[in-house]
Amino acid sequence: MPEISIKAEPIFNFFGFRVTNSLFTSIIVTIVFLLIAIYYSKQITASKKSGFFYLIHFIIKSIYDLFETVLGDKIRIFFTLMLSFFLFILLQNWFGLLPGVGSIMIAIKEHGKILHVPVFRGGNADLNTTLALALISVTMIQFYGIKFLGFVQYLKKFIDLSNPINFFVGFLEIISEISKILSFAFRLFGNIFAGEVLLTIVAFLVPVLASFPFIILEVFVGFVQALVFAMLTTVFLNGAIAKHH
Amino acid sequence: MDSEGLKSLAVALSIGLGAIGPGIGIGMIGSKAMEALGRNPEAESSIRTTMILSIAFAEAVAIYALVVSLILKFT
Repeated sequence: MPEISIKAEPIFNFFGFRVTNSLFTSIIVTIVFLLIAIYYSKQITASKKSGFFYLIHFIIKSIYDLFETVLGDKIRIFFTLMLSFFLFILLQNWFGLLPGVGSIMIAIKEHGKILHVPVFRGGNADLNTTLALALISVTMIQFYGIKFLGFVQYLKKFIDLSNPINFFVGFLEIISEISKILSFAFRLFGNIFAGEVLLTIVAFLVPVLASFPFIILEVFVGFVQALVFAMLTTVFLNGAIAKHH
Repeated sequence: MDSEGLKSLAVALSIGLGAIGPGIGIGMIGSKAMEALGRNPEAESSIRTTMILSIAFAEAVAIYALVVSLILKFT
């Protein structure tokens, strides 16, 4: 059986900061993301635009139309956040499916033993990355809730002393905010990590051709999980900024 | 039974039992979505989006079971 580790392994030290293989992959994805963004913003003013520009433009336009059905005219404020979530998670998921990710090994020395660990590992196959994304998402939901409703009005959702039932409902609301973080983090991590394990085991059982349908499945799962993450953030955000009674 | 065997049993039981509920749930969501689509074919895009979202909610429960079994298996 191939060795499967549930946590990301450190591959090198950067001034005493242990860089894991997931973090390394995330940094590469971030740089690719930035380059695409810079290219897009350069092309937007050019008189003769390339085909790649229109491809990005088409993707952004489709996502805009999709989120507009949920957010309505508030999309002008929230679209940048949702698009960043969607595209970043999508690139992370799909980068993890490239050949070489998880199979190129490097030898590192730890506690006097020589270990072989993969250089690349899908960014979302590490719980720390997905937890960070979930924390950003839930913090932004709280931030916009306070911004749109005002601090006191927003707090009333959680602490309501008008009668015992409302007090208990407020208590449940606090728990639901915490469970949002957990469910965001574990959903993304579970899906991507399970996909990685599935691909490894299928490649181990049948070396030729059998992986192909599973890779198509993982491309689809990566897309759906990115969409679900952005869409759930949108729906929760819509609930947080709506006036309740 | 030794502890290694019990561990394998726990892994198999956690994902096996954890997949029952979400399986039923996803089947019900799919059947209802098809029904809605048959009654109202022009609402296809909004039905599809809501269906995928609800399936993702139901599937998350199975994913928790999967995470538990993966943690049991590989640590």
